[in-house]
Amino acid sequence: MLLYALKRFLTTIPVLWIAITVCFFILRLAPGGPFDGERPLPPAVKQNLEAHYNLDKPLIQQYAIYVGNVLQGDLGPSFVNEDFSVAEQLKLGLPYTIIIGGTAFIVAVFFGIFAGIYGALWRNSLPDYALASLILLGLILPNFLLAPIFQLTFGVELGWLPVGGWGNGELRYIVLPVAVLALPHIARISRLMRGAMIEVLHSNFIRTARSKGLNTAPIVLRHALKPALMPVVSYLGPAAGYLLTGSIVVETIFGLPGIGRYFINAALNRDYGMVLGTVIFYMVLIVMLNLIVDILYAWLDPKVTSQ
Amino acid sequence: MIGRSYRQEAADVAQTVLTAPKGRSLTQDALRRFRSNKAAMTGVVLLVLLILAAFIGPSLLPYNYEDPDWNAFRAPPSFESGHYFGTDQNGRDLLARTLFGTRISLAVALVATLVSVVIGVTYGAFAGYLGGRIDQAMMRFVDIIYALPYILFVILLMVIFGRNVFLLFAAIGALEWLTMARIVRGQTLSIRRREYIEAARASGQSTPAIIFRHIVPNLVGPVVIYAALTVPEIVATESFLSYLGFGVQEPLTSLGTLIAAGANVFEVMPWLLWFPAGFLVTLLLSLLFIGDGLRDAFDPKDH
Repeated sequence: MLLYALKRFLTTIPVLWIAITVCFFILRLAPGGPFDGERPLPPAVKQNLEAHYNLDKPLIQQYAIYVGNVLQGDLGPSFVNEDFSVAEQLKLGLPYTIIIGGTAFIVAVFFGIFAGIYGALWRNSLPDYALASLILLGLILPNFLLAPIFQLTFGVELGWLPVGGWGNGELRYIVLPVAVLALPHIARISRLMRGAMIEVLHSNFIRTARSKGLNTAPIVLRHALKPALMPVVSYLGPAAGYLLTGSIVVETIFGLPGIGRYFINAALNRDYGMVLGTVIFYMVLIVMLNLIVDILYAWLDPKVTSQ
Repeated sequence: MIGRSYRQEAADVAQTVLTAPKGRSLTQDALRRFRSNKAAMTGVVLLVLLILAAFIGPSLLPYNYEDPDWNAFRAPPSFESGHYFGTDQNGRDLLARTLFGTRISLAVALVATLVSVVIGVTYGAFAGYLGGRIDQAMMRFVDIIYALPYILFVILLMVIFGRNVFLLFAAIGALEWLTMARIVRGQTLSIRRREYIEAARASGQSTPAIIFRHIVPNLVGPVVIYAALTVPEIVATESFLSYLGFGVQEPLTSLGTLIAAGANVFEVMPWLLWFPAGFLVTLLLSLLFIGDGLRDAFDPKDH
């Protein structure tokens, strides 16, 4: 188990290395340098700036310096917000993104599993059909459409919840963004859960348990839940990635000061340094979350480690 | 009389028995299953209607997608003025813009899917056919890229190289081939040991010839199914990027761009959001139904 975790951890190194390398060379391929503004800088000033950011060194050396800096957590300077480095801006936004994304993740997993089990146990009942349509809705409606629809219904028409803003993190400000972020994943998780649960409930060991005289509740909780959870667990890694990219839209629409909004603003202002830093940061986060999920998966299913 | 008709009947029976029963190929079977799938057929009808509307519709309208109507700014939908979907802040007819946006979204989906199919099939078939270490290395590379959210790469490319529709096509397609490569590789692994591949190899054909002449044609089923499932994903991705402002730029437009513009003003001019949103949802729904229907039809054991 520990060996598997270690091995799995080692595989993240080439992933991150390739990600950082690709990002670095995409940036260097960009037409023009970061200091070629509309007004040309005096050559001496430009030279000093380039020396300061190591842009005058050979490419290989720049690459080594860049990788070294990233490894130390220094994601470089922001080219538009001169007062803040990329890492400082990310630090400002991170808590908001984690609160919104984390809550959405928990909500999606909890409701998804619950709805999936319900759908599997009471197949073709009215709630099952309602669930199926909800799933379809969750798969079809992109988050950038769901968000204004929710804002319009719950914020403007019904007036129950604020349309946007952070409001010191009060619960009612978080409800709508979390709902928008979680709904598609509730849909996917419940679909996976329902399918897996139906399959497990048809297997021989469940028939044995039933013939022993066990009721539905202990059968589901003690025998069927763990094997039926496997597909859901393997979806959690990608789900975390989707939640992060989804939070870009949700933070922008609801005006939340998370990383996603910094990222979009930086991208629209062509702040190369910030965009690159954020992409690398997102990648590290997603790769780490995938790592955790894979180790969790191995812990649940010993077959994985024995291979 | 009775005897004769009896004989006649016997002859008829013999006739029907003698005409050999017409065999059905797997494809015919699958198509029959597809045609009896109501959701999938609804999807086909909707998609055909959308395609016709997007490519023929604009030429039937009195307004085009970029010229303002100076008499109608911010006009709500009405039949009298001929702006059936209303107009936007610049007096441009929303119906014309929505149809044009649908056209762009469909074009992006088509081109990007083609790019992803070409890359995915070639890569997967080579990896599966060559096997061994090369296969391991190629698939490990796919695993690595798979772990990274490709949409961030697309945004990065858009920021650095400027926003260009063709780059958008290529970037989405070039990053969406991973699952296709995995599926094709798996299929190739099961095909490469067949006798006709042995025969091709024995007759001295080159590796690329074997792959493209003997392996790829036998992959059509799974490739078509997966490509059909990729299309809605690409439509959604394109509108996501356009919504964020990294995709299709003014005066060109796509469904995502229109929804972004509509979402900003939906309290005052709700039609600017609802009509493009309705088109996008219909398009995604029909593509999803068709993809699911194809999968169920060609791979019935899955369900």
